[in-house]
Amino acid sequence: MIHSLFLINHTGDIFLEKHWKSVISRSVCDYFFEAKEKAVDPENVPPVLQTPHHYLITIYRGKLFFLSVIQTEVPPLFVIEFLHRVADTFQDYFGECSEVIIKDNVVTVYELLEEMLDNGFPLATESNVLKEMIRPPTILRSVVNTLTGSSNVGDTLPTGQLSNIPWRRAGVKYTNNEAYFDVIEEIDAILDKSGTTVFAEIQGVIEACVRLTGMPDLTLSFMNPRLLDDVSFHPCVRFKRWESERVLSFIPPDGNFTLMTYHVSSQNLVAIPVYVKQNISFFETGNCGRLDITIGPKQTMGKTVEGLMVTVHMPKAVLSTNLTASQGNYTYDLATKVLVWDVGKLNPQKLPNLRGSLSMQAGAPKPEENPSLNIDLKIQQLAISGLKVSRLDMYGEKYKPFKGVKYVTKAGKFQVRT
Amino acid sequence: MMNDSLFSLVCAGEIFELKAELNSDKKEKKKEAVKKVIASMTVGKDVSALFPDVVNCMQTDNLELKKLVYLYLMNYAKSQPDMAIMAVNTFVKDCEDPNPLIRALAVRTMGCIRVDKITEYLCEPLRKCLKDEDPYVRKTAAVCVAKLHDINAQLVEDQGFLDTLKDLISDSNPMVVANAVAALSEIAESHPNSNLLDLNPQTINKLLTALNECTEWGQIFILDCLANYTPRDDRESQSICERVTPRLSHANSAVVLSAVKVLMKFMEMLPKDLDYYGTLLKKLAPPLVTLLSAEPELQYVALRNINLIVQRRPEILKHEMKVFFVKYNDPIYVKLEKLDIMIRLASQANIAQVLAELKEYATEVDVDFVRKAVRAIGRCAIKVEQSAERCVSTLLDLIQTKVNYVVQEAIVVIKDIFRKYPNKYESVIATLCENLDSLDEPEARAAMIWIVGEYAERIDNADELLESFLEGFHDESTQVQLQLLTAIVKLFLKKPTETQELVQQVLSLATQDSDNPDLRDRGYIYWRLLSTDPVAAKEVVLAEKPLISEETDLIEPTLLEELICHIGTLASVYHKPPSAFVEGSRGVQHKRLPGSSAAGVSEAPPAVIPSQGDLLGDLLNLDLTPPTTTGPPPPSSGMQMGAMDLLGGGLDSLVGYLHSTMGAGFGAPPAAMPASFTAPVSGGLDDLFDLGGGVGMPMGAYSPPKTVWLPAMKAKGLEISGTFARRAGVIQMEMTLTNKAMSVMTDFAIQFNRNSFGLAPAGPLQVLTPLSPNQSIEVTLPLNTVGPVMKMEPLNNLQVAVKNNIDVFYFSCQYPISMLFVEDGKMERQVFLATWKDIPNDNESQFQIKDCHLNSDAASNKLQGSNIFTIAKRTVEGQDMLYQSMKLTNGIWVLAELRVQAGNPNYTVICTCVLYMYLQFNNINIIIIPAA
Repeated sequence: MIHSLFLINHTGDIFLEKHWKSVISRSVCDYFFEAKEKAVDPENVPPVLQTPHHYLITIYRGKLFFLSVIQTEVPPLFVIEFLHRVADTFQDYFGECSEVIIKDNVVTVYELLEEMLDNGFPLATESNVLKEMIRPPTILRSVVNTLTGSSNVGDTLPTGQLSNIPWRRAGVKYTNNEAYFDVIEEIDAILDKSGTTVFAEIQGVIEACVRLTGMPDLTLSFMNPRLLDDVSFHPCVRFKRWESERVLSFIPPDGNFTLMTYHVSSQNLVAIPVYVKQNISFFETGNCGRLDITIGPKQTMGKTVEGLMVTVHMPKAVLSTNLTASQGNYTYDLATKVLVWDVGKLNPQKLPNLRGSLSMQAGAPKPEENPSLNIDLKIQQLAISGLKVSRLDMYGEKYKPFKGVKYVTKAGKFQVRT
Repeated sequence: MMNDSLFSLVCAGEIFELKAELNSDKKEKKKEAVKKVIASMTVGKDVSALFPDVVNCMQTDNLELKKLVYLYLMNYAKSQPDMAIMAVNTFVKDCEDPNPLIRALAVRTMGCIRVDKITEYLCEPLRKCLKDEDPYVRKTAAVCVAKLHDINAQLVEDQGFLDTLKDLISDSNPMVVANAVAALSEIAESHPNSNLLDLNPQTINKLLTALNECTEWGQIFILDCLANYTPRDDRESQSICERVTPRLSHANSAVVLSAVKVLMKFMEMLPKDLDYYGTLLKKLAPPLVTLLSAEPELQYVALRNINLIVQRRPEILKHEMKVFFVKYNDPIYVKLEKLDIMIRLASQANIAQVLAELKEYATEVDVDFVRKAVRAIGRCAIKVEQSAERCVSTLLDLIQTKVNYVVQEAIVVIKDIFRKYPNKYESVIATLCENLDSLDEPEARAAMIWIVGEYAERIDNADELLESFLEGFHDESTQVQLQLLTAIVKLFLKKPTETQELVQQVLSLATQDSDNPDLRDRGYIYWRLLSTDPVAAKEVVLAEKPLISEETDLIEPTLLEELICHIGTLASVYHKPPSAFVEGSRGVQHKRLPGSSAAGVSEAPPAVIPSQGDLLGDLLNLDLTPPTTTGPPPPSSGMQMGAMDLLGGGLDSLVGYLHSTMGAGFGAPPAAMPASFTAPVSGGLDDLFDLGGGVGMPMGAYSPPKTVWLPAMKAKGLEISGTFARRAGVIQMEMTLTNKAMSVMTDFAIQFNRNSFGLAPAGPLQVLTPLSPNQSIEVTLPLNTVGPVMKMEPLNNLQVAVKNNIDVFYFSCQYPISMLFVEDGKMERQVFLATWKDIPNDNESQFQIKDCHLNSDAASNKLQGSNIFTIAKRTVEGQDMLYQSMKLTNGIWVLAELRVQAGNPNYTVICTCVLYMYLQFNNINIIIIPAA
């Protein structure tokens, strides 16, 4: 199972280590550093590395490497999932997952890691259970603790761990009972030069925020559940009822959680909300090029497209840009060669346009690659797949909760090739 | 380490302060101090000096303080075992605490303290905790058994903890079941043959029940355990599949992949016409696609596994090509894997899309990726015949971009396309030739030269082109040199009149000015061939080449089957069987898919081996018999003249050198020039068997009778006869020196020329007394194999110089190859299997040994005497098959399969000898193909 964990920042310093079995020397990380050196970009470091006696499985999250050492045949996905869970837990506890914050809370981090794995076997990874045992630090609590001498460690048995619903702690109480669901859809798409869709799919997720007293049993039903043929659920969802009735029936964890994720890939269902007309060209002579990008609405279902942003990774030879944006403003980062055009709201009457010239390094050959455009956008009150929640029912408790559903569509990996 | 000591230096003052705080009376101060200690510990500072002070804080009712002290103990108990003992009493007391949280914490921590003295005290509390009323304690105790096993396996077995653990599989709490399974699986890994996880339908049922209710991690353990079960029939298989399928919708991708493994494995048992089979196939695609929208690290592992799945069952994902399209900001390791799968999924139906994508990728920034994309286009052309034309035109478009590395890759793949579809796309050669100057990578240059040589008759200025390469001949890499040599010989055979000078030039460059034995040998072979029989040369050099196919990059089926059983594991990421890389390879069991046909699984060597024998025959035919040509063309007089010239050029000196045993392997494409190894090996084995026929021979290495090596008339009266023997691991040269001259001979000395296996005398020749006329003396010269190496023709040829007071005499002799088989030539079974599978078919050969009156066991014994070890034996249809291995002194392994037909009244031994050898000479692999 998982033997050790090293946290490494992007410059290559090991700033935390945790061993669940015997201690393994940090020198094992040298193999990783070697691979990191070779990969140049931290994103490109291969996640599974073999060394003479160990295997190193790494994830890269928030400019930090979570490197785990294993010695026996362990499913790598198990390790990767666990590492992401560790990162999620830090995020959940401390609000962000960075070197500074981890160093500030090193004892809590250590306690958490100790609770999450025992001898390399996952012990408690549900945030509900963990919070029962180790309370997240808050300013108020640290003040109270210093005054009263009490601690962050809960002294109750994590009952949730043993029941059939390990994700929910017992004895939850709220004065305001509320259950909110966010249906978030991201469009992953590749459009080619001419604007034709090469590939498009929707990654959907239903995020829930449930603060309900007692042991509520919820049922969420959809207007058009047939859209969903590829789903994965939080363990709380009763799969049998989904199979037979196409409703989500579950006893929710307390607090924020991801209820389900789904995936719509059937081509005709994926609407592309905007079109992009672009022309980026470089001249053979004169060390310059032209750029002209226009964006217009396509299938927006009558809603407004907001938060529109275009990112272009320019070829290395591009030194500076001289562009005019009809709307919003643009920046060009010389070091990273990234052009960002922050457009804002898309006005169908007056289409935003960015055009001008690019100047290149003198004597550099004409760039061979064509830069792709990355589009970011947001549409409120719309799930682009057309998914709609029809109702939410609660059983098992007597009170009447506040309920709410919000929809939003975003661009995921939305790329336009040039 | 350097850093650590630096740290502790810096901390010296700090430690003093902490010590004071730890011994403070105030609870709060104590706790803060322990926290500081823990904080230092986590960043790798050495705070072990505080051990007694921290342990003193352990007896507290404050849970947090207790936990912190436990954390500290786990880290440092190993380095301070004597101090750790002090903590034992508190642990034992805590194991009795009314609070289950503390009981669990205590037993958990105790297990983490890897000190023998403490583990002794652990047994009793652990036994209690395993039967605790609280499931939280039981589940913690289950893991503790695994910890204890890791520290002291014997103790765990003696104390009967394993049985208790097995009982926990039937526990009422699913979490306890999951942890018991996890612990047992981990213990089982170090005991591959113990039947720890004895799976029967009852336990399976319990596991399946627990599967629905335990945590995601528990589900992974249970699914991985289920995958080791072999259902009795297809109905059981189906019912397990039905109960596992809901896991495909789990949010945890590791659960999903483990479920996929179980389904892929059990699916094998379902009849294909079953409705459920089709349903299951359909259900597998969406979860696999979903894995690809996860984080890149997860994607990578998923892609490596999907790569296996599409090879085994392409139908699952055949409509999902688009999800493998590459996004420009995917990490490079994801891009490369996606590309690989795209090619595997490419078919006539989607080839247009695939090609459009590949062309797009060929203009990306990342050079490695671009190269692979260009190669992929070539692979598409070879895989989907209908697309070949489009692929070629795409490649031509790419060549027009003039991007250097794109052009080079394109030329390399076009060569392969020519090999696959001869006489179809040669019209593009002109375009290729335009780019000749820009090629600077050896592979691309070699490919281009191959094309020019192969199609010399269609390229007007082929001679000029090749000549231009010839100018810098010595600066080229060997790959290019070899290719250039072959290409010019081809050109000469096609246009003998104009290129005579060129071919002479290249032959002399290759044979006289080169230090590279490969190049030299190939040069000599061509030279000899051209000079003796130009017609035969034409048949050999311009022989039709076997077509290449896409199969080359597929994983070999038995390996694939095994890997499918290991989906989701490291083996699936590396595409290697676990035995090949798992630490210490603790006898990992080879897993097999439960096919309905796989009845005889009990035998160790998988059933795939026998089929190779048949395949081999075909292969050899392909390689060895030159294709029937339509009558040799009448050679022009010019060519004859050229050949004569060559003869005069320096061939005389060669005759002695070049043994006339060639011809056997030359039908093969000249890319890998095989040397003949026929005579020595088959002969050697024949001898071994002949001898084995005699009854009552002493066991031991075979040694041929002495033969006369140096007749007296050639050596001014000295006659040397001799033989070689291997005695007690030492190779010996046994000689009889006879003086047939009139005068006394003294001052004997011996020297060897460089030879294939580096044989050299281990000491001086011991002839102490002068050898008087008509006297004979027996001399035994021990040999070692550390001398200089040079490849000889034939391989086992040894050139010897003997000196005495009269003169120096030279002779050459051949040693039986069996002298070189070392005593530790017994290969591990697993390694044997893996190696056998890895051997390219080209390296195999078979031949028969006639009239050997031995049964297989006797033969096996005899052979063992000569260090030919029998690894496995099995009987198929009355035929005994012996799998044997031997190792040469230079570390080369030879594997063989020996078939003995028992029912044959003549007791004929049929021997199929499959030899595998790579000889490394100056970094070039010479593949030796022994022929029948």
